[in-house]
Amino acid sequence: MAGQLEGRVAFVTGAARGQGRSHALRLAQEGADIIAIDIAAQIDTVPYPMSNPGDLAETAKQIEALDRRVVTRIADVRDRDALQAAFDAGVAELGAPTIVSANAGIAPMSLHPKAQEWQDVIDVNLTGVYNTVEVSKQAMIDTGKGGAYVLTSSTAGLAGIGGNTPGGIGYTAAKHGVVGLMRTYANTLAQYSIRVNTVHPTGVNTPMVVNDAMQEFLQSDPAMGQAMANALPVPMVEAVDISNAIVFLVSDAGRYITGVTLPVDAGFLNKR
Amino acid sequence: MAGRLEGKVAFITGAARGQGRSHAIRLAQEGADIIGIDLLEPIPGAPYDGATQADLDETVRQVEALDRRIVATKADVRDFDGLKAAVDAGVAELGRLDIVSANAGISTQMAPTSQLDEAMWQNMIDTNLTGVWHTTKAAIPHIQAGGRGGSIVLTSSEAGIRGYGNIAHYVSAKHGVVGLMRTLAIELAPDSIRVNSIHPTQVDTPMIQNTATYDLFTGKAGSTKEEFAAASRGVIALPIPWVEAVDISNALLFLASDEARYITGVPLPVDGGNFLL
Repeated sequence: MAGQLEGRVAFVTGAARGQGRSHALRLAQEGADIIAIDIAAQIDTVPYPMSNPGDLAETAKQIEALDRRVVTRIADVRDRDALQAAFDAGVAELGAPTIVSANAGIAPMSLHPKAQEWQDVIDVNLTGVYNTVEVSKQAMIDTGKGGAYVLTSSTAGLAGIGGNTPGGIGYTAAKHGVVGLMRTYANTLAQYSIRVNTVHPTGVNTPMVVNDAMQEFLQSDPAMGQAMANALPVPMVEAVDISNAIVFLVSDAGRYITGVTLPVDAGFLNKR
Repeated sequence: MAGRLEGKVAFITGAARGQGRSHAIRLAQEGADIIGIDLLEPIPGAPYDGATQADLDETVRQVEALDRRIVATKADVRDFDGLKAAVDAGVAELGRLDIVSANAGISTQMAPTSQLDEAMWQNMIDTNLTGVWHTTKAAIPHIQAGGRGGSIVLTSSEAGIRGYGNIAHYVSAKHGVVGLMRTLAIELAPDSIRVNSIHPTQVDTPMIQNTATYDLFTGKAGSTKEEFAAASRGVIALPIPWVEAVDISNALLFLASDEARYITGVPLPVDGGNFLL
């Protein structure tokens, strides 16, 4: 059976590992070629090891193993010019995307908070998403085929659950801000049949969550740990569950879904 | 490739035509067997004809053409005992229950709230809200008995998220469906039974393609389909006048499948976008 995304090109940020790699692979499995970018470097306020160039190369290798084409670039979503250059390089090789997954994000939460966390998480998780849409939207409009953006927010984009540190407050504010971006772009891009939605994962089994600093942070406050429990009997979801929601939203099966906040949260938000 | 619902059984209300028939066919295409019910009677105050036995027979024919089994029965979602008997018989024949689409719904009198007829109000609540509760009440024990989890999808409406003038009974019932969904999602999560609602905008089915609905949207008597399309486009962000039944079916399929195994308690609009959000 032909894939649901045969002949399409997808632009994925934060594609080196974790959810981003899963999205790139899942989209490729359905037939899409991939423009994959990642910072592949550390940000000082982030208390867990971030991705590296080897991770991004591994994503590319796995996409190629699916017989799909991939263009990788190391780029920081905070740097509009660098992001534009990376995007343009991908377009030059693969053509313009009709799918964008604005996935890159950080979680600078720890028991040793620093004031700079606020600015860094706003820059990456909110401005980075804005930059991702801005560098890609005209090319998508120019295809004349419509398309779909999925912006990765969080359960913390719909509830005040990030905790009381500069990074946690900033994370919650940034992820809420992504919803505002989504709603605005959904309205302004609808005339081009370009759809824009958000996904809101609960905790996902990736290096951003499953690391010593985050586990220490979550366990430091038992009330918060309890409040973070899902309704369905699973402690976390897997990256592929978010990827499957994205495939649905960007495929023709979701052709009239836009402006929607879609939780993939094991019932977390509903049970609050 | 194996279907995404291979080996599963789905219970669909309002299965004779429109969205319900589309749901039955789409789920059957992905491998599910179907238990389908429909009222098959005229609906008092409805500006369109009720579904008929011939309609339900056509759903049966199309499901069987996909080499899937279907147990189709005349039953009324307002009548719990009759509904339960239909579900019980379907499960007895097909062996299990995994998926519920509470789709049956009506559209009737359109009038200012202070002028709505009391019988019209009551019949709307009985069908579009109590009927959904009956559907879940009859189905839940069978899903639980399987011990494999499951997926319940309640069809609400754009009118379950926002208000519309002159259909207070419909808006109230569809909002109530969201309350039922949120409650069931909490109650059934320990059994890995997921519960979500779908919120369609105007769907190209007999329930909206009628003069009364045209007039509701345009605000003037005797409106044409073209005038309705123009008015409907005005409330949808994407450049479309309405969506097709299969678009709702595709959302149902996603929510019913393992691809959405951790999605529960979610109201999912399929509405082409709403400029007011």
